[in-house]
Amino acid sequence: MKSVVCVAYVPDTETKIRVAADGKSIDESGVKWIVSPYDEYALEEAIKTKETAGGTVTVVSLGPERNKTGLRECLARGADDAIWIDETGQPDLDAFGVAKNLAEVIREGAYDLAWFGQKGVGGDESVVGAMVAELVGLPHVANIVHFSLAEGKLTCDREIEGAHERVESPLPCVLTAQKGLNEPRYASLKGIMAAKKKTIVERPAQASEPKCRVRALELPPPPKPCHFVPGGDPKTSADGASADPAGAARELARLLREEAKVI
Amino acid sequence: MKFLVFVEQREGKVRKASLEAVGLAAKLAGGPVATVIAGSGIGDAARELGKSGAATVYVADSPALALYSNRGYVGALDAAREKESPDAVLIAATAMGKDLAPRFAAKNDSGVLSDVMDLRVEDGRLVGVRPVYSGKARATVDCGSSKLQIATPRPNVFPAARNDAAPEPKIVPIDAGSLEIRAKVLAVEASGGKELDVTEADIVVSGGRGIKGPENWPIIRELVEALGEGAALGASRAVVDAGWIDHQYQVGQTGKVVSPTLYLAIGISGAIQHLAGMGTSKVIVAINKDPEAPIFHVATYGVVTDLFPFVPEFTKAVRALKSE
Repeated sequence: MKSVVCVAYVPDTETKIRVAADGKSIDESGVKWIVSPYDEYALEEAIKTKETAGGTVTVVSLGPERNKTGLRECLARGADDAIWIDETGQPDLDAFGVAKNLAEVIREGAYDLAWFGQKGVGGDESVVGAMVAELVGLPHVANIVHFSLAEGKLTCDREIEGAHERVESPLPCVLTAQKGLNEPRYASLKGIMAAKKKTIVERPAQASEPKCRVRALELPPPPKPCHFVPGGDPKTSADGASADPAGAARELARLLREEAKVI
Repeated sequence: MKFLVFVEQREGKVRKASLEAVGLAAKLAGGPVATVIAGSGIGDAARELGKSGAATVYVADSPALALYSNRGYVGALDAAREKESPDAVLIAATAMGKDLAPRFAAKNDSGVLSDVMDLRVEDGRLVGVRPVYSGKARATVDCGSSKLQIATPRPNVFPAARNDAAPEPKIVPIDAGSLEIRAKVLAVEASGGKELDVTEADIVVSGGRGIKGPENWPIIRELVEALGEGAALGASRAVVDAGWIDHQYQVGQTGKVVSPTLYLAIGISGAIQHLAGMGTSKVIVAINKDPEAPIFHVATYGVVTDLFPFVPEFTKAVRALKSE
């Protein structure tokens, strides 16, 4: 089984976002970068598949030089080799441009399984995996929480609103991983040492005119101060008001009906 | 500007988020728009769309389309696009919409304005506003060099239109049933009964670590029930990771993103990753015993209290108001 996992290297989810001077991107100073969490589920499933069905796992990432650190992490967890698509000189790549570049790698590599996270945390577009599938001409199953392989076919459960769709597909296929698929492993010390000897092949990103363009990036307006309803529990009430859960409950219900008009 | 809206149905029932997308397109177009629906035995659902702002309904009705497949449904949408030649295509950002929009876009050499919370037309081009970095920032985006302008509006943000006196729409059958489906849906299994999904609810009541254990869900569920049909149960990541409830209930960065009219956070401290999933709710109520909990920074109304005496009283108060 020849698998490829496409990983995004993104700001840590705890990062405080600041807008850069250009008004269109984030200020990257002091940002800690991580492998996008959904891509970790994808990588874990590819490695598990290698452990049970044999084969190889290649990781691919498009971005600046720092993405090599992310690739090295994936190699330490058990991927066999890596491809870094250097975006230097191509700052305008949008999701479609990224998909086009990844599609080329996937076409050339003739992989059985191409894995993605269901979204790259940060851009939050949820589009690259399915775009790659269309560009390469492969079937895809998105948002999967269960994966199994038997007799050259795969079966997945895909999460939809209030239900799961069980989907069967021939190989090769593109898959996007959702939380719940597995518990990603940590890199072992042995893995970290072994990763140092593995190769990261470098190739330049190809230009692509952006299909979507960011005009401006802004922080959301600060929320209005909270309207505290007095009369909570005596032990914890900060306002010193006498405890009256029933009274506070009636007041909250009244505010939601008469002021906010939502119930 | 000429719009085409993809309308999602499951078992003949049209999804509310799709009607919101039709309403949005009709508003931007200044009148009824073209729509497309795919499935099997969906004639009645198609005719009904006139009342929601459809002038034309392209109908791909075939047993082969009874269950969703991205190939089959993208095929139907693309067949309608060929006949209608729209400038813009809207697809609600549901699980199905998010699955087929990027595929359809790539097929048409175009991008997607994903999960937009605001959409307008400027000089004949769509301009959208979408949350990025899990709602910590907002990006204003346009369709750049896309041939076709495609946007997926976030569910529960735009109003659906309803006009019972509207004329029946023009029904145009299209053929999309002959495509070879590779990734095939074998079955759809409802998880956890027929509960309303958090992404579709007008009111979401979420429980966090403050509920102390899974045995206390009934306290929260009773409140959900008291709030009525449009209410759904949600949960924080902490309680999902602790195994108190399934992941499908999780609201937040690694769960579902919701924009209900009313969001109640009960015993949830409001970690940044939770705020990412519910920060765009219209009214937020926080019930927490820690007055310093970050959830109070985004809350419209707050009660500093132990939830155990308070929530049952609140459920009672809601029931009393509703029965008035």
